[in-house]
Parts: sequence; C-alpha cells; structure tokens
Amino acid sequence: MNVSPGALAVSRAPHALTLFFMTTMPDHMAHLAPLDVAIIAVYFAMVIYIGFYLKQRSSTGEEFFLAGREMTAWIAGLSFISANMGSLELMGWAAAAYQYGILATHWYWIGAIPAMLFLGLVMMPFYYVSKTHSVPGYLKLRFGESSRLLAAVSFAVMTVLMSGINMYAMALVMKVVLGWNIHFSIWVSSLTVAVYVALGGLRSAIFNEVLQFVLIWAGALLVPILGLTETGGWSGMVARIHHNFPGQDLTHLWRGLGSFSSNPMGVHWTGIVFGLGFVIAFGYWTTDFLVVQRVLSAKNLRAAQMAPIIGAGFKMMVPIIVILPGLLGLAVLPHLLPETLAAHVAGSYSYNAVLPLMLVRYCGPGLLGLGITALIAGFMSGMAGNVSAFSAVWTYDIYRAQIRKDAADRYYVAMGRWSTILGVLVSIGAAYLVMQFASIMDYVQALFSFFIAPLFGTVILGMLWKRATSAGGFWGLLAGTVVSVGLYLWVHFNPAALAEVALSVHAKTMAENLYRALWAWIACVLVTVVVSLFTTPKPESELNGLVYGATVIPHQEPMVLYKNHWFWAGIVIVIFFVLNLMFW
Amino acid sequence: MHKTEVSIWFFNGVMLTVYGLMIGGYGVYELISGHTPPVVLAHLHAPLWWGGGLLALGLFYCVKFMPGREN
Repeated sequence: MNVSPGALAVSRAPHALTLFFMTTMPDHMAHLAPLDVAIIAVYFAMVIYIGFYLKQRSSTGEEFFLAGREMTAWIAGLSFISANMGSLELMGWAAAAYQYGILATHWYWIGAIPAMLFLGLVMMPFYYVSKTHSVPGYLKLRFGESSRLLAAVSFAVMTVLMSGINMYAMALVMKVVLGWNIHFSIWVSSLTVAVYVALGGLRSAIFNEVLQFVLIWAGALLVPILGLTETGGWSGMVARIHHNFPGQDLTHLWRGLGSFSSNPMGVHWTGIVFGLGFVIAFGYWTTDFLVVQRVLSAKNLRAAQMAPIIGAGFKMMVPIIVILPGLLGLAVLPHLLPETLAAHVAGSYSYNAVLPLMLVRYCGPGLLGLGITALIAGFMSGMAGNVSAFSAVWTYDIYRAQIRKDAADRYYVAMGRWSTILGVLVSIGAAYLVMQFASIMDYVQALFSFFIAPLFGTVILGMLWKRATSAGGFWGLLAGTVVSVGLYLWVHFNPAALAEVALSVHAKTMAENLYRALWAWIACVLVTVVVSLFTTPKPESELNGLVYGATVIPHQEPMVLYKNHWFWAGIVIVIFFVLNLMFW
Repeated sequence: MHKTEVSIWFFNGVMLTVYGLMIGGYGVYELISGHTPPVVLAHLHAPLWWGGGLLALGLFYCVKFMPGREN
C-alpha cells in the first residue's frame, strides 16, 4: 500500500490528496520546452527497456515475486524507501511543511527511523528465515489461514484502490502544472508501469525504483540549493520566515509540543512519540508488504538486515528535498493560501502547489524537465510498488491459498503477470471512479489507517510472544480494526469527540490520527493477550522460524566492524538524535 | 541463480550521462548565446554546473560498472 505514515496522518488534513480537487489555479503554471519533453521521453524509454531486459530473468516464482532473492543490501535498501517516495508524498509533505513548518519533519525522522532500524535488527530474521513470500504469508504460518485471509483481502483491495487514487491525483497535478490531458497522463504512466512490472516482476520494479530514486534526487535537490542561495542560507531563511509570519514558531521540532495549543499542528509530544513514532511508524514500516517485499528480495539475511538500515540513512535526508522546499516557500512565497480559500480566489495558489511553484521559480528548460521527470518517477515507483505487492499477495495468499492450490510454479508466474496487468486496470478504473466521486478518496485513505495499527500489534506479538495463539491473533486484529473504525466514525459524526479521542480540547485533526492509531493498537494487543491466555497455543516445535525464543537464527560469520549492521544502526541512531537536538 | 549481466548502477550511469549532456549542453548554449530563461537566479547558470555534475557522476558509474568489468 503506497500510504506511508505521512499519508496516513494527513489523510484527513486539509492538504490531503483532495488538495488538487478544489482549486481555481490559473490555466497551468509552466510550459515545457522541447528539451524538457526529450528528457521525459528518455526516462520512459529507459524504464521500458529495463523491463524488457529483465524479462528473461523472471521465469520462476521466486524470481518474479521476490527478484530471485539476490538483491544486494544497497539495492534492496534504496528500493525500500523509493517505493514509499510517491510524488504525492513529496508534494503533500512540502505543502505540510508550508502549513505546519518544520514539525512536518517528524514524519521522516521519529515517524520512520526507529521503526526502520527495528525492522532490520529485530523483525527481519523472522520474515527472512520463515521464507514467506509476503506479510499475510507470515500471518498464515504464525496464526493460521483466517488471519492471512483477513490481512490479504484487505491489503489487495486497498492497494489497487489507493493506486488508482494516486494515479488520478497525479494526473490532476500534471494538468494543473503543465496543462496535460488527464486521460493521457493516466493511461501513459500506468501502462508503462504495467509493461515493465509484468515483464520483469519485482526485479524490474526494484531496478526501476533505484533508477527513480536517483532521478528524484537529481531533479529535486536543485530547489533547496538555489532556495538557500536566494535566502542567504539557513539563518537567512529563518529570518525571512519570522518576518513573514511573526509570532509563529515554524522552525523548531520539539519546542512547541509541550501542549496541544502551542504549535500549528495542534498535537502533543505524546502523540508524536507514541502514536506516530511507535504505532503508526512501526505499523507501516514493519508490516506493510509494499515496503517489506523489497527487503525480502535481499540475497541473504545480512543483506536483508542491512537494507532497512541503509534505507533509514537515506530517509533521514529526504527532508532536504521535501521539507526544506516547503520552508523556503514560507520565506520566498509567503502568500499561498489554504486550499479552501484558494478555491475562492481566482489566480491564487494554495499551499499544495508549493513544490511545483518552487520548481518553476528556479528551473528553466532542461532542469524543469528533470524536475517534472522526478515527479513522474516518484509516481511510477509508488505505483510499481503497489502493483508488484498486489500481484504477490493475490497470487500466493488469495489465489493459491483459496482457489488453486497445486499448480506448477510457471502457472503462478503467469498468474503474477496477469494479475499485475489486472491490478493496473483496476487501478485505472478506481482513478475514473474517483474522478466522478472525489470524496471517495478521503474514505479510502481512512480505511488504510484502520488496518495498519492493529496489524502491527498482531505481528509484533506473534513474533515476540510464544504464547500468542491463532484465535488471539485473529480476534485481536479484528478488535483493533473495529476500534479504529469506531473512533473514526465517532469523530466523523460528532467532531466534538476529537477532544475525547486525542485527550485535549485543543487537539486538531492531525492529533486524532495519532491517538486513534494508539488506541487501536492497544485494543489489538489487549484482546490478543486475553484471548491467547484462554486458548491453546501451538507447540513450540511448530514455531521455529516464526517466534523469538523458538527460532534458530542462522549463524553469521563474524564481520569487520564497517560491515556490521549493529554498527551502522548505531551510527544512524546517533545522527537521528543529533538532528533532533539541532532543530529542537 | 542468475547473475545480472548489466548492473543497475550502469543503467543509472547511462541515464545521468545522457541527462548531463542534454542539460549541460543547454547550459553551454545559454552561456554562449546570453539567452537566459526568466527564472530566479538565472545568472548562476544552474544548467551548466548541474548538468556538468550529472555528467561527471554518470560517467563515473558507467566506467565503474561497465558490463564485463570486475567491480
């Protein structure tokens, strides 16, 4: 599911994906020169070529769905975060930085780094040793068929729906920025993804994600460099922000989080640390198959453990190309409006346009094409992530588990290719559905948040507690989901309930997302524990490879320090603390 | 187990080299012709040095991960 903790948290905020629907922006922001078009064309030619090149290497199920399990730590690690860097994620968080200031960085640091390190150091051995093809597959091994089916069906349905929503929103961005026809954008980009993923499977998706990762940086890094040059560096930018927005603290990460009313987000540090940093981040980064699938492709356990750590190192730097442009926007474009106001002021732009506006501000022919290519690459990497994960879950956890159990391997590979195409076509259908009923987007995004937090509760108890039973896992997952849905509906129909859910009358929408996840996770854990204590656990002999304390982790030869994953995780966590202190 | 003949890093090198040539080439044209686009800080000639950087990085990866070469 291409919904990161960030997207989950903004799902009901004003700058969510709906942002592009209510605008009265001028016809379009920029015109592409022939050089820009040529740059975009080179990109499309390259990704399709890679798909054809890798087709011959995707003939078995292991190759098609898990890239042959032969990716290096670097490739798996870059793919791991690239699949998460959808262009709407980039634009949405640049907009969030414009609206909330540097607080938005929490979704990249505390909302990602500890969870990614935990995945690499603690959880990866169980995923990898169990040889599962997917996260629902792990649930099957640990808790049984019913838990797998619940997780697989919700994942498959939501993934293609979300993919369609992203597709439509991206096409709309291209229309707003460049004046491109929406149908053209939808069909060209999605069919390109369908071709290269159906041909080369996960290997092709991963290769292209690495390519797209490099491209996103090449296209987006120039904006903060030139922006800081214009404003006279960081201190010059901060001075301009203070001048443009007197009395508002938009440049400190933690200082304003002592109470709900002293920061522009209306959140409290407990929500950020426990709701975002623990439940949502751990839920997304350790159980969402979209990202976990990339790590499962690693060539050995050591590479699988290093991949999320490498990803964490790069994830810490993403605010440079996402948050910093938003902050620079506050300094040099101080008149952008909230979406609801921009919709009524002809010729105005909203917060949500800040990243494209900064791109157009600094980039002439060639560089503009590169920046637009970066946005397209971001979209395509996200979509490829969605369809490749959908294809694996559909083929292994639904089709093979429920419909045809004993076919030959090549049959499932063919099913994987066809389900990739089917996934893209359903996504396109979802995009057109959203075109007709825009409000669907908010509900679908909210649906995602219903599953992530309880799923993390189920998986973490399953991995760390031998006593957790199949019935406990299933009922805990269901109870957590029901609590999440219930709280959402309660606030939806009675906005005053927000004060109860988030524990403060000063809480804003963002806080509700964080606390709802926390309550859902707690409900899941409590129910799992209670039901497990009253039901019979699996014998320990059946838990080898699945649970801490019952698993023999393969012996790993001693490594020199600079190749040791604990060493690099230590480096990353030190940098993480230093950065948080620097911008405290 | 297959071994990938062409490294993903080589593909990256090719892409960056092509983009470096295109963008850097436009930067040279911009500098010689004196025609600058209406963007902020146009006098810094970003296409020239950004394109040059992409080209240098791309060539490094192309050479380092050339198919058939031991890395």
